Amino acid sequence: MILASVLTTNLAILVLAGFIGFVVISKVPNTLHTPLMSGTNAIHGIVLLGGLLIVGLSGNDAFNKVILVIAIAFGTINIIGGFLVTDRMLEMFKSKPKPSGGASPPQGDGSKAGEADKEKVS
Amino acid sequence: MSGLPLASSFLQNENFLDVLYIIAFSLFIPGLRGLSGPTTAVRGNRIAAVSMVIAVIATLLQPSEGNWGLIALGIALGAAVGVPAARQVKMTAMPQMVALFNGVGGGAVFLISWSEFRLTDGYTGTATYVAIFSLFAAIVGSVSFWGSNIAFGKLQEILPGRPITLGAGQQVVNLVLLTLAVAAAVDIASGDHSQGIFIGMLVCAALLGNAVVLPIGGADMPVVISMLNAFTGLSAAATGIALNNPALIVAGMIVGASGSILTNLMAVAMNRSIPAIVAGGFGGGGAIEGASGAGEHAGSVKSTSAADAAIQLAYASRVVIVPGYGMAVAQAQHAVRELTKELEARGVEVSYAIHPVAGRMPGHMNVLLAEADVPYDQLKEMDEANPEFQRTDVSLVIGANDVTNPAAKNNQSSPIYGMPILEVSDSHSVIVIKRSMNPGFAGIENELYYDPKTAMLFGDAKSAVSEIAAELTQL
Repeated sequence: MILASVLTTNLAILVLAGFIGFVVISKVPNTLHTPLMSGTNAIHGIVLLGGLLIVGLSGNDAFNKVILVIAIAFGTINIIGGFLVTDRMLEMFKSKPKPSGGASPPQGDGSKAGEADKEKVS
Repeated sequence: MSGLPLASSFLQNENFLDVLYIIAFSLFIPGLRGLSGPTTAVRGNRIAAVSMVIAVIATLLQPSEGNWGLIALGIALGAAVGVPAARQVKMTAMPQMVALFNGVGGGAVFLISWSEFRLTDGYTGTATYVAIFSLFAAIVGSVSFWGSNIAFGKLQEILPGRPITLGAGQQVVNLVLLTLAVAAAVDIASGDHSQGIFIGMLVCAALLGNAVVLPIGGADMPVVISMLNAFTGLSAAATGIALNNPALIVAGMIVGASGSILTNLMAVAMNRSIPAIVAGGFGGGGAIEGASGAGEHAGSVKSTSAADAAIQLAYASRVVIVPGYGMAVAQAQHAVRELTKELEARGVEVSYAIHPVAGRMPGHMNVLLAEADVPYDQLKEMDEANPEFQRTDVSLVIGANDVTNPAAKNNQSSPIYGMPILEVSDSHSVIVIKRSMNPGFAGIENELYYDPKTAMLFGDAKSAVSEIAAELTQL
């Protein structure tokens, strides 16, 4: 009975988290696909927690200890590497000092040539 | 002195730890939301990283936690490998790096399931559902681990990019491997404690991971990595249910769901269906066709020099640069930026047309050009760029191939038929910078090169672009 309710709660969490995942990522510009993939990639490194929990339990034999250390190392690589790489990628998008845009007609040739001129001066 | 035990008992209070977990997984949501917008992405990534730290701390505070030496060893090993790898990897090698990080995540998942199996002596005394979710995680994690490693090998060009397939028997083999793995899992879940069966299941899943990804052509690899990323997320969520850990369930499932959506978005951008990609073989048939095509076109390729290209560009009023993987491997983005500045100084209007899957991964070109300080508003996505080609004087194609191939529009028998392309051949003239006439990643001949409007400038993208820029300054 108690086990069943733990399972139902966890399944409810699973379903709701799935919906959140769908909603949050419904519309992403192409530009951000790579960083987003890399960022979500880092997040599933959370499986590290599983390794941390099991290694803490008593009764692990030597072989288990070896594979758990590897699992923890893998999880850590996934998390640290994933977030660092994503951060490096995104840092490159940061340098855009242009507050302009929006006001001018989107496809107007004149405005674009004008912007190009401004670029030239700098 | 009595403060310390009190504090530690509070820190290890079950409710407090639950609250930490709830904070951690709620922060993943704004983190991910931030990652999906250009201005909020950096912050989003950091929020997600912070919530990860909170989740790890909450786990380490669990009263049952122990074996600190092993934990420290594992984390130290992981950090020693992960930090330098992430810091030093070149932006051009980013796609394979993501594949590798995804792979180790999958590896962690199946190792954790294995240790759980061994610790509980084949799931003795645990609920059946625990065994089911743990076994599911083991299979999917193993597929993801091996599949990602193959994807890494292909992108890193350790393995050939072209499909390696067993031919017609491929689907049957995959199906047999999957059936065997699932049968082993069912056997264990229904009470068999034999570790041999468990290892057999892992081996079948490993072979399946190899068998699924090996036949997939290099051009489809980004979609495959994204799909394996979603798989690893799902397997992490399953591990979470097996271990009754809500943070794992939420984070894993969010990745599983968002990863599936992202995979679909990418597949749509390439006009490929996910089942067709998994069925494999893309790019293989085209190589044979391309070979016959090359014979019939031979001799009609026009090549040009850097000096001629410079003149052509200098007297254009509108130039569109079409970057591709060739620009990435040659690290030519800074040279391209210099060339652009030179052209702009002469009053030439320059923009960049970015195909959604140019390079090896969507957004790859944007990352590289942003690195070279190309203003964001000069980068045009495909839908915006295509109508503009008709009034473009010169399209400068730098190491892009398949994404400009008119066969995708004209040739129904081409394997890339139907893939949206940058309609470069609409512009008044085209200059293609390319190392040789070798076909691109998909292994298909490009008709564009035989178009009378097209001039080929053979050479490494970086040196060719620098030469053009140098010629320009002398005009």
